[in-house]
Amino acid sequence: MTTPESRKGLLGLGLALGLFYLLLWPLLGIKAEGLFFADAFAVWWRVALPVVLCFLVYLLRDKPALLAVRRTGQRLGSSLSGLISALPRPLLAAIGLALALVFPFCTERYAQDVAINVLVYVCLGLGLNVVVGLAGLLDLGYIAFYGVGAYTYALLAVHFHLSFWLCLPIAASLAAVAGCIIGYPTLRMRGDYLAIVTLGFGEIVRIILNNWMSLTNGPNGILSVPPPDIFWPSFESGFSFEHIWLKKLIYLYFIILLLALATIVAVYRINNSRIGRALEAIREDETAAELMGVNTFLLKLLAYAMGAVFGGVAGTFFAARMRFVSPESFTFIESAMVLAMVVLGGMGSIPGVILGALALIALPEVFRGFELYRMLVFGGVMCLMMIFRPRGLWPAKRLGTRSEDRE
Amino acid sequence: MQFFLQQFINGITLGGVYALIALGYTMVYGIIQLINFAHGEFFAAGGYLGVILLTWLAAQGLPPVICIALALVLAMIYCAVLAMCVEKVAYKPLRQSPRLSVLLSALGMSIFLQNGLMLTQGVYDRAYPTAMTSGGFEVGGILVSYMQIFIVAITAILLLGLNALVFRTRIGKAMRATAQDKTMSALVGINASHIISLTFAIGAGLAAAAGIMVGFYYGSINYSMGFVPGIKAFSAAVLGGIGNITGAMLGGFIIGMVEIFAAGYISSEYKDVFAFIILILVLYFMPTGIMGENVDDTRV
Amino acid sequence: MTTSTSATASAAPPTPILELRGVCASYGRIEALRNLTLALYPGEIVSIIGANGAGKSTTLMTICNIVKATAGDIFYQGQRINGLSPDLLPPMGLCQVPEGRRIFPRLTVRENLEMGAFFRKDQDKIVFDMEEVFGLFPRLRERAGQAGGTLSGGEQQMLAIGRAIMSRPKVLLLDEPSLGLAPLVVAQIFEIIKEINRKDETTILLVEQNANLALRTASRGYVLETGQMVLEDEAGALLANPDIRKAYLGE
Repeated sequence: MTTPESRKGLLGLGLALGLFYLLLWPLLGIKAEGLFFADAFAVWWRVALPVVLCFLVYLLRDKPALLAVRRTGQRLGSSLSGLISALPRPLLAAIGLALALVFPFCTERYAQDVAINVLVYVCLGLGLNVVVGLAGLLDLGYIAFYGVGAYTYALLAVHFHLSFWLCLPIAASLAAVAGCIIGYPTLRMRGDYLAIVTLGFGEIVRIILNNWMSLTNGPNGILSVPPPDIFWPSFESGFSFEHIWLKKLIYLYFIILLLALATIVAVYRINNSRIGRALEAIREDETAAELMGVNTFLLKLLAYAMGAVFGGVAGTFFAARMRFVSPESFTFIESAMVLAMVVLGGMGSIPGVILGALALIALPEVFRGFELYRMLVFGGVMCLMMIFRPRGLWPAKRLGTRSEDRE
Repeated sequence: MQFFLQQFINGITLGGVYALIALGYTMVYGIIQLINFAHGEFFAAGGYLGVILLTWLAAQGLPPVICIALALVLAMIYCAVLAMCVEKVAYKPLRQSPRLSVLLSALGMSIFLQNGLMLTQGVYDRAYPTAMTSGGFEVGGILVSYMQIFIVAITAILLLGLNALVFRTRIGKAMRATAQDKTMSALVGINASHIISLTFAIGAGLAAAAGIMVGFYYGSINYSMGFVPGIKAFSAAVLGGIGNITGAMLGGFIIGMVEIFAAGYISSEYKDVFAFIILILVLYFMPTGIMGENVDDTRV
Repeated sequence: MTTSTSATASAAPPTPILELRGVCASYGRIEALRNLTLALYPGEIVSIIGANGAGKSTTLMTICNIVKATAGDIFYQGQRINGLSPDLLPPMGLCQVPEGRRIFPRLTVRENLEMGAFFRKDQDKIVFDMEEVFGLFPRLRERAGQAGGTLSGGEQQMLAIGRAIMSRPKVLLLDEPSLGLAPLVVAQIFEIIKEINRKDETTILLVEQNANLALRTASRGYVLETGQMVLEDEAGALLANPDIRKAYLGE
């Protein structure tokens, strides 16, 4: 308890908490009517108390009582992960799939709604995962492709009455084209420049959507976008195909489940293909990859376009499901959200991204009362993850550092 | 012609603000090669501290000039301390990590701070006491407000002060040395951590001043106001050649001018797009920026 | 390292100014230094010779704690300096001129020299020392206002040594001062190294690939091979040692 290290830690903690109050107080306590200290203190102790508790636990971590708890936790954790890795992958996937299929039949509308959201973000996260996780290109404007997909479907369906299923490939290819347009000038840049330029491009797309009144109806958005439709075989009055609109939530759930599964399979295949290996090589060491005969520029462009395709598909579904699109849905914060899923889950790891989407979409629903604090926590967690667990909750198996990062 | 000159004056005003923000990006990038995404939040925090302090100081019955001066100095100090804390918490533990990790940590910090501001200050715009700087005069049909003079004067003082600090003082020399070679600067007895902290503090202080100016310029501030000016200022830093202090100042003025003239002559809806287009063009065609290799002695 | 002759021990003063005992260091999983022991006595020039990648530069970087020692002790003036932040060492009189010179490229020559005296507060003596450096290297005076990065290799080496002189070191660690320089310049630089040693009694630890030159300058020498000290002897004895002549002197 009184080792120099712990004393130094306590001193640091005290200093940090003191500074925290000092930084918090001006924001809450200085008012025209005078200076108030209670408001800031009320917030302060709510943060300080858990922090101090955590620190005490950390200090006492080697005491026998806590050690036992820790051991049990570790044993539980390792046996659980042992169990998961002992089960064959296909079986695990089958269990997951079965749960996903049964899910809507034993839940309420609200839960289905959340599940649909999660699946949309799974598509987005996996798409971004190809770009960030696999090729190591930090893209902060990814949501632009989501927007391109959504607007493509909304416009084609409203003006030309094209079907959802026809629009799906159209939107995907348009998103891919957009990916190439954005990627072409930017992909020669160094990593962090790329981040800021993609961010800029994402904003450009949003500003255009917001201001091109004649096409997109500006900030008002496009209303009454039709839902997905299918032709269902009907045997009344002989054999014919009946055209029905899939408005019910449960149908939408199955459509997005289908799309998410397709995405998972596609991303899995990309991961394990020649292209996937080449992309990984680019991530690890671009110069070496180039010298080994990998056409790095073309492949990076391809990664970008492939990522965009999944974004476009998710966007199309989003438009059909919300029945409404507006530029508000495609802000930078959405890009950051998708990126956070990838990072939180584990870059380059498919189960990781699914876990990340679950954590970021479903968890806040559980803590609905803390809705306001959601983004705050999420930003903080992103920092902490980078410091304490940079490889994510469910790290990918093959993941090294890029050579240019090791300086 | 009159319209042109009017726009020119507006451009100088806005450009000064961008220059102040750009300096923080460029100095931090120069020293630890990090795009500090949270920098825009220091700018927003400065804006809020400004209005909080102005309101309080005015309620104490102090004359406007003293109110503004005090608010400016205190807000700058606040943001400097905030930035040093952010650096210690979110960036320092990652000094040996891959670039991507630090960048994501910066992004997380930005989101955290932005929402912290939202939670403490509310989601709605907060009006600035613009009455303090109201009024102005006319020269040959061009309207120059006192507020514009105030902004340009403060900007000029800060820019000159920074230049003197970086290029004339012992600590400025240490900053430049650390940016150029961290190992070697340690070998001559410079503590890199202190210098990095100081760099963050100076950058954030300048951003805070810019936040107050933007408050006066637009009349109101918002918790998310750091984002777009942040990108524009970063564009300015890149345009000037990242890491180059003089370049960042110049870049800031260019971006400000371009924005004002584009809004005036082309389209005001798309004014935000032009900064991004410049950023992309610069990165594509001359990644070293306009103050690139030739005059690189002005780099940090 | 056990071949140290008794003559060395009795000729040098008994307490070393810089001493490494059983120092290990590694880059990740790669061991760069293994159980390194070395002693430096006040006022002498000692050189470490060895092939590429033997760990010579790592030794110096470990002394300055740029590379962390994983085991062993480093003593400077009787004080254990392991884990001491690198920037605290120059004020204590322990300075290094690292490999590749590492001039601050965008600071002027004068500013580079001033950086050497960064931690010093005695302004008038700094001015005096600057004059002394300019006296040793007149070329630097001519180029005082020029950016360090624009100097030639030889001039940069002069500047790097000048910068170290500005720190008024008690112990100077020199890493490959001859690297990439023309023979004439090398001779000039080594003359000045000897002069620094003579005039200010500065203890010098000289790391060199040019073993011949290093051993002619130094009074004692260490031979480093794959991170281990394999030999320690009087410089003259090393020069005469047939194994050394074969391995490092190209015979």
